[in-house]
Amino acid sequence: MYPDKTTAAGLVDAAHLAEVQGRSLWKDARQRFMRNKAAVAGLVALVLITLFAFFGGFLAQWSTEEIDWPLMGNVAQAGGPSIANGHYFGVDELGRDLYARTVQGTRISLLVGFVGAAIAVIVGTLYGAIAGYFGGRTDGVMMRIVDILMAIPFMFVLILMLVIFGRSILMLFIGIGLISWLDMSRIARGQTLTLKNKEFVEAAIAIGVRPMTIILRHIVPNLLGLVIVYATLLVPTMIITESFISFLGLGVQEPATSLGALISAGAGQMQYGVIWQLAFPLFFFIVTLFAFFFVGDGLRDALDPKDR
Amino acid sequence: MTLLQTKDLIVTFETADGPVNAVNGVNFSIDKGETLAIVGESGSGKSQTAFAIMGLLARNGRASGQALFDGQDLLAMPQKALNKIRANDVAMIFQDPMTSLNPYIRISDQMAEVLTLHKGISKRDAITQSVRMLDAVGIPDAKARISSFPHEFSGGMRQRIMIAMALLCEPRLLIADEPTTALDVTVQAQIMRVLADIRRDFGTAIILITHDLGIVADACDRTLVLYGGQIMEDGPTDDVFARPSHPYTAGLLRAVPRLDRDDDELLTIAGEPPDMSRLPAGCPFSPRCAAVMPHCPTVKPRLESFDGTRRRACHLPIDEVA
Amino acid sequence: MEPILSVKDLSVTFDIHPQGAWPWTKPQKLHAVNGISFDLAPGQCLGVVGESGSGKSTLARAIVGTVPSSHGKILFEGRDLASMSPSARRVHRKDVQMIFQDPLAALNPRMTVGDIIAEPLITHEPKVPRAEVRKRVQALMERVGLLPNLVNRYPHEFSGGQCQRIGIARALILKPKLLICDEPVSALDVSVQAQVVNLLRELQRDMGLSMIFIAHDLSVVKHVSDKVMVMYLGRTMEMAGSKALTTGPRHPYSQALIASVPIPDPVLERARKRPVLEGELPSPLRPPSGCVFRTRCPKAQAICAEIRPPMTDADNGHMVACHFEEKQEMLVFAR
Repeated sequence: MYPDKTTAAGLVDAAHLAEVQGRSLWKDARQRFMRNKAAVAGLVALVLITLFAFFGGFLAQWSTEEIDWPLMGNVAQAGGPSIANGHYFGVDELGRDLYARTVQGTRISLLVGFVGAAIAVIVGTLYGAIAGYFGGRTDGVMMRIVDILMAIPFMFVLILMLVIFGRSILMLFIGIGLISWLDMSRIARGQTLTLKNKEFVEAAIAIGVRPMTIILRHIVPNLLGLVIVYATLLVPTMIITESFISFLGLGVQEPATSLGALISAGAGQMQYGVIWQLAFPLFFFIVTLFAFFFVGDGLRDALDPKDR
Repeated sequence: MTLLQTKDLIVTFETADGPVNAVNGVNFSIDKGETLAIVGESGSGKSQTAFAIMGLLARNGRASGQALFDGQDLLAMPQKALNKIRANDVAMIFQDPMTSLNPYIRISDQMAEVLTLHKGISKRDAITQSVRMLDAVGIPDAKARISSFPHEFSGGMRQRIMIAMALLCEPRLLIADEPTTALDVTVQAQIMRVLADIRRDFGTAIILITHDLGIVADACDRTLVLYGGQIMEDGPTDDVFARPSHPYTAGLLRAVPRLDRDDDELLTIAGEPPDMSRLPAGCPFSPRCAAVMPHCPTVKPRLESFDGTRRRACHLPIDEVA
Repeated sequence: MEPILSVKDLSVTFDIHPQGAWPWTKPQKLHAVNGISFDLAPGQCLGVVGESGSGKSTLARAIVGTVPSSHGKILFEGRDLASMSPSARRVHRKDVQMIFQDPLAALNPRMTVGDIIAEPLITHEPKVPRAEVRKRVQALMERVGLLPNLVNRYPHEFSGGQCQRIGIARALILKPKLLICDEPVSALDVSVQAQVVNLLRELQRDMGLSMIFIAHDLSVVKHVSDKVMVMYLGRTMEMAGSKALTTGPRHPYSQALIASVPIPDPVLERARKRPVLEGELPSPLRPPSGCVFRTRCPKAQAICAEIRPPMTDADNGHMVACHFEEKQEMLVFAR
């Protein structure tokens, strides 16, 4: 008979022991992530770029708007990267400090990416989880709304919005936020459909837990792994979207800038032999994207070890 | 005459927490036409033993020691030669037949492929033979149903198809890994009868891997009990069941609820199945053993022969095993 | 004594949309549970056996209320659970709890064991202070044979047997009156099965629980139950005291079921007569007319296809639904 005498004695002894801290699935995933060299390198790169975007400004000797008059008109010859005159990355075609502008551009691009992804994670996950969990008619109506929104050519709408309401960062955030959660809600719904048939959800229903509590306590935490992976891959997509819009000349408004706007300007000036105007923003753009993709990949392997 | 013999079979898995031995020096042999039951719980290494013999270990697994089939070492064999033996002489069936049937290909094509590939006969002959084999395992109306897809069959029928497929090349050894675990009792009884018929009609030696002592009692000549990747005891089924020589076997037999008994309380084995990464240096069963002695956790008992036909690995004198 | 649970003519029907059907085709009706009636006295255990597809799990879910019933009554202490609104029913959930087949899948992998066991308590008695919740959780963990200092661990760090103990603790923390066990031991190792079965019986005795114990393994069911019900294709075939049913089954299906259960004794096993049941379970979408078992029944005659045999009392409460029922001694009893 269990617990037999020896085990029962063991139970009493053990009861005096301190409570043992468990090893959560998150902790496991972190360990696996840390073993993935490319992902860790990506993470380090991301941290460095974020630091650069938010604190790089303190190292700048020029502001983003100041024009270095002596260099103007002579950018191709004298405007290159130089420690001596304080323009680490050179100047742009108007004689503004490219270092300061790259810092600002990186910051705005990262913000757009993170805000877009955050809206996607919060709205998309909840929306998808609710649709998937309740199912039936609720699901039908909610997902058809998503389909309709998806059917609208969003780039066109975004451009229209920016033209009508004026170009501002707020508009950009709203526009990108509006579309970013659609895919996420579909992914979350699909996953919810499988989760909802798991026995632990049935157990919660049998216990008498309210539907919204079940969604928040049992469904969403189990969706998070997938959602986080998708979100890390969504950030670069958002950055690219913003860059594309800025490249078209509709994104952030001068004198503010983003990586896309800088690349666009740099590309326009390339023929005059001022390659640094393209190279520096492009470098940060590419490194950021690569870092996000590596981190996303690492997270997927870490959170879903079955696929390896 | 010995058909298959393993010598010091060890299966090691490389895991994140270091190497783990799933099978730890297993020696056994099976004769032509014999049925051997390998009985064990989860973590006993019973399935990994079979996978190692078949060369089907997962990628992080490694087998060492020897598995001699007709005198040839399966573990040391080049892939090509092993494939040939797997095709012609040794076949395996699994717990879930769907894992080895392709859901998108008709049964007829899947079965015929085996024959055309290994025996080089024409497809028409292959299908005729396949129908004959499906008949033999008791699939009604085999001729018409052979062109169906796997999902059109019930679980029991799929397991019959698997058996038929395994038997196509008339193997001399059939390894059945928990063939009835996923099935209902009435269907289990049908499948066990099919296996008995096969043995009688084709003279196939069968290794039945299972956790169910009930089906062993009826179906197998010899029984081998595994625990923690090691052999606890083996011998003729009648003897092992009538007079278990190891406390684990004895405990297991008492723990099974029996339809023909009125025990008020089931006797149990305390504790949980073994954690393979943290086995004691001595007897793997010692943490759960009711008759444990001070040296059991540190000194590994040797697998010793007794009674001529039986072996056991236990420090406890045999007459004290209750 | 007044029964604690009384199920009257309960049916559960699912709408099945066959593959490749047009959107406007009417769904087919699948009668997973079809006119089941039984009474359960307080403190008693009813065993339900049947093969997969017999509707035994659906029956459990209908009583717990995770699957809606389509017809009939589920009277729990005289009140009909089946006709209650979802919110009214939620209040009664604390009295009827369930244990699941797959012990690990029934626990949320992202929650600690302590939170899992406490969930029913904080759901139904949200005013209980945290320290009190913790105390009750740890006391219960000890009661079901788990070390109480493991409250902060996660389910994947436990073995199957331990996970089932966690599931039992969760089901018992509200001191329910009725416990429904759906195949609670079939996913466990033999040596651990016996531990869990003994634990359940002990808890049932100590807490005065009424139990419904569902399993495909007749030997386990017989061991824990006072009364056993045999189901086939959503219908009851036979219902009797567990001893009476295993020693002298009257329905051909029960007889075949008992004959199919292997007994771990080579000598007895060889001596047994074991007529193997032929064929397979018919599709529940198109159950046979008359008696649903007739397609596999060795005794089937013309009348079986026409008239469905009613449940009749064959011998002092031994209920059986068969035109040709006849007692048959199935087992040579050991000891």
